[in-house]
Amino acid sequence: MEVPILKQGSYLIATVQGALTDADLLELRAALLERVVRMRSQGVILDLTALDVMDSFASRTIREIADMIRLRGAATVIVGIQPEVAFAMVQLGLTLEEVTTALDLEEGLAYLNQKSKEARI
Amino acid sequence: MAADEVRVQIVSDSDIVAARSMGRTLAIKLGFSSGDITLIATAISELARNILSYARQGEILLRTVDGSNRTGILIVASDEGPGISDIRQALRDGFSTSGSLGMGLPGVRRLMDEFEITSEPMHGTTVKVKKWKQ
Repeated sequence: MEVPILKQGSYLIATVQGALTDADLLELRAALLERVVRMRSQGVILDLTALDVMDSFASRTIREIADMIRLRGAATVIVGIQPEVAFAMVQLGLTLEEVTTALDLEEGLAYLNQKSKEARI
Repeated sequence: MAADEVRVQIVSDSDIVAARSMGRTLAIKLGFSSGDITLIATAISELARNILSYARQGEILLRTVDGSNRTGILIVASDEGPGISDIRQALRDGFSTSGSLGMGLPGVRRLMDEFEITSEPMHGTTVKVKKWKQ
């Protein structure tokens, strides 16, 4: 299932629509990086509200996405991880510690706005 | 009630998603809580992933189990891959031979109520896990 990526100002918003295969995750990684470069984006929000399961591969790929985007000088925020998914992730030993997370899209945008404000000072 | 049984062949990454979605369907049918349904789906995902990474192909079997006064779900992940020579090491957190995170088996053990593994080098591995409805 392809993940649509929308441009909003200098940010990109990728909204997962359902279960993702490994191939879908790798495609998302490539597509996001390509867009961040092409559009000179300053931030990316990855909305995982509809994601059913976060296993070791999904978690690793999301961490890689955030790392790559950070190396490009942009920020990534993961939003919408469901409570059940969060519980299963912690049980499994996946914490995504290095990645910024926020409750929802609104909070994610607020974080990116704050961050770009700080960068301008 | 006749035991429901589903088998999913695992040969590609899309089968991982198919297996966990069938597990989810069965867990919903059995009346598991939404939290437990996600734990079950996550365990299936990780077991199917292990099959692909280590054995290239195998099978996930999902079945209802009736205890004396409780109902549960049994998941059997089996393959005819290279097997695990040191099971104790494979069950230790952080251990991995396929370059993955090494969360696989110890993580799955924490997600489920019962965990059993048998493996014979050169002949394959079978992991059986159960989750009981609370």
